[in-house]
Amino acid sequence: MTRIIARHAIVEDDWTLAPEGAAGAPASGKLIVPLARWRAEREPLLASAAAIGVLLPNTEDVDALYPQIADRPLIALQFPTFTDGRALTQAVLLRNRLGFAGELRALGDIVRDLVFWLGRCGFDAIVPRPDQDLEACRGALGELDVAYQPAADAHAGAWVRRRMRARG
Amino acid sequence: MYRYDEIDRELLRQRTEQFRDQTRRFLAGELSEEDFRQLRLRNGLYQQRHAPMLRISVPYGLLDSAQLRRMAHVVRKYDKGYGHFTTRQNIQLNWPQLARVPDLLAELAEVQLHSIQACGNDTRNITCDYLAGAAGDESVDPRPYCELLRQFIALHPEFYWLPRKFKFGFTGATVDRAATRTNDAAVHVLRRDGAIGYRFFVGGGLGRLPMLGQEMNGFVPESDLLLYSCAILRTFNRFGRRDNLHKARIKIVLREWGAERFRAALEEEYAKIAASAEGARLKLLPEDIERMRAHFGAPPYRPAAEAALDPDTHAARDPRFAAWLKRNVRPHKIPGYRVVFVSLKAPGQAPGDCTAEQFEALAELCDAYSFGELRSTYDQNLVLADVAERDLHALWGGLDAAKLATPNIGLTTDIIACPGLDFCGLANAGTIGVTHDIYRRFDSLEAQYEVGPIRITMSGCMNGCGHHSVGHIGILGVDKHGEEWYQVTLGGSAGNDAAIGERVGRALSRNEIAGGVERLIRAYLELRSDEEETFIECYRRVGMTPFKARLYEAEAEGGLGEEAARLVAA
Repeated sequence: MTRIIARHAIVEDDWTLAPEGAAGAPASGKLIVPLARWRAEREPLLASAAAIGVLLPNTEDVDALYPQIADRPLIALQFPTFTDGRALTQAVLLRNRLGFAGELRALGDIVRDLVFWLGRCGFDAIVPRPDQDLEACRGALGELDVAYQPAADAHAGAWVRRRMRARG
Repeated sequence: MYRYDEIDRELLRQRTEQFRDQTRRFLAGELSEEDFRQLRLRNGLYQQRHAPMLRISVPYGLLDSAQLRRMAHVVRKYDKGYGHFTTRQNIQLNWPQLARVPDLLAELAEVQLHSIQACGNDTRNITCDYLAGAAGDESVDPRPYCELLRQFIALHPEFYWLPRKFKFGFTGATVDRAATRTNDAAVHVLRRDGAIGYRFFVGGGLGRLPMLGQEMNGFVPESDLLLYSCAILRTFNRFGRRDNLHKARIKIVLREWGAERFRAALEEEYAKIAASAEGARLKLLPEDIERMRAHFGAPPYRPAAEAALDPDTHAARDPRFAAWLKRNVRPHKIPGYRVVFVSLKAPGQAPGDCTAEQFEALAELCDAYSFGELRSTYDQNLVLADVAERDLHALWGGLDAAKLATPNIGLTTDIIACPGLDFCGLANAGTIGVTHDIYRRFDSLEAQYEVGPIRITMSGCMNGCGHHSVGHIGILGVDKHGEEWYQVTLGGSAGNDAAIGERVGRALSRNEIAGGVERLIRAYLELRSDEEETFIECYRRVGMTPFKARLYEAEAEGGLGEEAARLVAA
């Protein structure tokens, strides 16, 4: 099993990413399927005993899509390169606007120096690129502990902190 | 001026250490060149021709004397004794060594200077009217809003990996002195029926396919600065192209979609933010704005009677002072005060360069005569914004001694230019040598005064850092079979009458270009209706044809024009 970072710990991953073009519902286990397959095979996938997560293209409009995936235990988002930040907006919208409370997983070209930004945008599961040091990646979640603006984590805007301080 | 509290100091301290660790890992071979590249860019380091260039952000162009002294120190200790002011009001160092940059940044952090997001595909330093707070035509001082937005976009996790760079420019005045519509987003702070709000333009940008920002919303309420900015950045992050670096700016989305479709998408996102918990978190309250405004209060001006002294008395005695007073000093909204421009365009100097000694002299002079602060301008000069009239002569003496009093503000030799081929790894052609050539042709101030206000701009490549596409005369360096050539555009402007210049025709060679510029200016002197008509007004009236004829006149004659030949001989 692959080791990943989930909720600040290094863990054995019990999810399987379905290969492109695969079909048919598994009998059990935890499977992440591409959005197209989820749309095409929703009924049989739901009928199986397996847990099903959905992998979204980073071009997908999550506002419009959300009713189709709101009940999923896991949504996986993609980083074709670590400099492609589209999935960061998807993550923030899923967490803040749409209220998704399941696992939000980052896949793709995940390097240690992206991890801090992923954490702030609401990802709670991260699958680093194979050449990356897992322990260093885990540590990078807390690389900075002060922020100027709210995102999908616990930080408040600096203006709000100053407002509260001024009010006593 | 904004003063850091412990939130700002701690954030910058941690950021500096984050980059120190990234640099250490790169130098130890733990980070690849390509992975590190993205990290160093977001800390202001750009690989140039000879060495990495470090760009230091000067938030909305405001510097105090402690920062100027620290700049003098770091350019001596880490560089070759000078820095360079850019068209985004920033400072660039051309020769730092990578291994020492973390120490350099730590020294800058002690005086609130940093390189966060100075390069890379992220939100860049915010630019602003250099007369903010001092201009008579200002309805709202934009600086508190610049700082509120600066903090919102600094290290914003959602917008740290954008399709391409993204620039904001602010003004709160009637006259646009910050070339705001050349920015990806322009914010005009204004009053309507007693309420403060923002007029937002989106989609400006120089470089390839230069475009001016288009109005998206005529009045966003004061409380919604961060909401609307968030909606713009989110729309860009989602829809900006990532398949082609040259088509990745937000202006391309505007171009491909049209303004109406973009506006609809932007307003939809704004409405969604406003209706959500996110909107509540981003809304500014009057107390937040008041708290920020307190950082930018008016300096303790002396009463007019005490501040005022007829500088004409000195002018009558000293013609050099008189020339400076006429060309580099402007009115101030407070009686007894003036705005003083510091020219960074002295003969033999690269436009925008400033030596360690000059940084120190400026620190002394702004402490003595302008409440300890100065501003950098988008046209690569500096401004002492609050000088009492009675101090003008003494200030001039100090500036003159430091070679900072060339009386050429807004004139022919006040050229905007990027560093060009001498420094920049992207450039196709040199710029500094051409500025020197133009300077030699117009080194008589009388000739420049005769020509009057004119904006010559020059970039060493398509990226347009020297704003060539918005110059009255714009010069773009191109490479033709390994030789430096120069394309000329006419009629551009970055002000309220903003326009993209039109290309005249074939490029001129390195030997021809300065003569070509001179012929264009001579054509203007012949064509103008009277002495009041400026170059740009004349061009707009008569059109390109007569100027084009003069630009290529030398070629028709089979050599240099008579005038140019005479000047070359002289």
